[in-house]
Amino acid sequence: MSLLRVEHLVVEFPGRRGTLRALDQVSFDIAPGEILGVVGESGAGKSLTGAAIIGLLEPPGHIAGGEIHLEGRRIDNLPPEQMRRIRGRKIGAIFQDPLTSLNPLYSIGRMLVETIMTHLPVSAAEARQRAIRLLKDTGIAAAAERIDHYPHQFSGGMRQRVVIALALAAEPQLIVADEPTTALDVSIQAQIIALLKRLCKERGAAVMLITHDMGVIAETCDRVAVMYAGRIAEIGPVHEIINQPAHPYTRGLMACIPDMTQERDLLHQIDGAMPRLTAIPPGCAFNPRCEQVFERCRQERPELLAAGPTRAACWLHASGGGEP
Amino acid sequence: MNAPLVQANDLAMSFDVSAPWLNRVIERKPRLLLHAVDGVSFTIARGQTLALVGESGCGKSTVARLLVGLHEPTRGQFRFDGQDAHAVYQTGLGLKLRRRIQMIFQDPYASLNPRWRVEDIIAEPLREHGLLSDNEAVRERVEALLYSVGLAAPDRIKYPHQFSGGQRQRISIARALATQPEFLVCDEPTSALDVSVQAQVLNIMKELQAELGLTYLFISHNLAVVRHVSDQVGVMYLGRLAELADKHTLFDSPRHPYTRMLLDAIPKMHDTGRARTPVQGEVPNPLNPPAGCAFNPRCPHANERCRVERPALIARSGTQVACHAVEENRI
Repeated sequence: MSLLRVEHLVVEFPGRRGTLRALDQVSFDIAPGEILGVVGESGAGKSLTGAAIIGLLEPPGHIAGGEIHLEGRRIDNLPPEQMRRIRGRKIGAIFQDPLTSLNPLYSIGRMLVETIMTHLPVSAAEARQRAIRLLKDTGIAAAAERIDHYPHQFSGGMRQRVVIALALAAEPQLIVADEPTTALDVSIQAQIIALLKRLCKERGAAVMLITHDMGVIAETCDRVAVMYAGRIAEIGPVHEIINQPAHPYTRGLMACIPDMTQERDLLHQIDGAMPRLTAIPPGCAFNPRCEQVFERCRQERPELLAAGPTRAACWLHASGGGEP
Repeated sequence: MNAPLVQANDLAMSFDVSAPWLNRVIERKPRLLLHAVDGVSFTIARGQTLALVGESGCGKSTVARLLVGLHEPTRGQFRFDGQDAHAVYQTGLGLKLRRRIQMIFQDPYASLNPRWRVEDIIAEPLREHGLLSDNEAVRERVEALLYSVGLAAPDRIKYPHQFSGGQRQRISIARALATQPEFLVCDEPTSALDVSVQAQVLNIMKELQAELGLTYLFISHNLAVVRHVSDQVGVMYLGRLAELADKHTLFDSPRHPYTRMLLDAIPKMHDTGRARTPVQGEVPNPLNPPAGCAFNPRCPHANERCRVERPALIARSGTQVACHAVEENRI
């Protein structure tokens, strides 16, 4: 059974000039221990998907349709108090900027102990021991002394290790990591990714890794969901998504990433830009930029269709041949 | 071809980060200098691109700001087309020189005045340098500039917030091109952009370079982007150049252990599931850099000499590299 199941999730923002639909019929699932990558450009809805799952949508944004199930139990309609208990205990969260996600007025030990004691039935002394062990596991040297230091006494990479320790403190089964390495330098990024991967494997935790960096996705994930304009364009195993993408958007996205292994004079480019939420075209959201567009794409929105090893929301993969 | 257009000789920039005078006297704190850039030399030939790469805090942006005259170097010289640029910046001819050197900044959300129309933003350098005063001529020039970066003439009456990040960066480029400069200093011009938009902006920059014969200093932390745009690459670490070589030499046979580490640290797209070899350690505090080679605490090849003596850039088979281990043929 899948650990997390998201079905036809719709997130809307009511505004003065009408309602904006920021997520539109997003469906996917995550198996226990699996790492699912979510990629897309800014504004594609990847962070919003993560926020909806951990129940931290910023009002007036709200879930307007669909369901989210964790271990078979519906969690999208829980009252805030119950959701608070799930957050941390069942779902851990890691955010992009380790400086703003730690409280500068608390020592890291206090934050860790508080998190552990909120969720697990342990004494204060035991919680502290656990906290020290967690810090050691995340590769912080001299953890027993460092535990009483404050966030500003740590470097960016070290802070992100603390954030990971916090996310794992109550042993959740799912970690939602939203751009965990974007604020870090490449050499530190490699350390943090290796750490996240190792710790989640040891603990059997599944990860939803949200990032715009395809390189990080390639080395970390089992499966990938590619998002475009609030919808999933393609989802499938990481190797196939990168090497033989089925959706024209995924293909364009892969081709425009400068690659270390080959040189081209000009990069491939997808002309135009992702549509604003106020002006999403009818039919397939990608149709005005698509090189293989045909009539049906402009009228009818495609569902996720089987396209070899992946599933793509593209009429090219309709059974019986989509093309005119 | 005569002398290179851009010549940096032993450029250095220190920032005084001492405590205030009274605290220094009472608490007996010493004066504290941060050596952001410490003896950097390079040349760029006309029409070429030099890329500077390195992690945050290595001094690459300070080099950019030195070249455009936003900082006065504490040591060394920047020669532009044969003349000492910082000496000229002080004189009445400074404005004329600035016209030939322009800058593109990283964050297109912060570098455009939100209360100005696009036409005023792009026309500002034209008016400031007294190039065009006739309104009709200015408008024509602005429209031509917008067109050259792939925007349309009617866009000139819009405000920056009406554009996406990539379009804003195009506006920054149009503004930088307004004075018909020869040398563009680009400080992480695509770091704030999505990959598909990054591709569009990089392509425009390349096309403009071919068309107008521009010379670029391109600052980036992304080695894949650097490989795509540059002719020469300088790798910086804690204010100094670790390695300086032409693109092919640097990427195909990197010499300095830090360059190798950076190249290994890049995730490889098409080998899915292959983990990188993470490097140990972090960039040391620049206020208190290690003695000898700044990279020695993280270097697998460090020996006694590396901990004591600072390596100078030496020429080795087509590349310049600052490393004792390379000099002694240990690696």
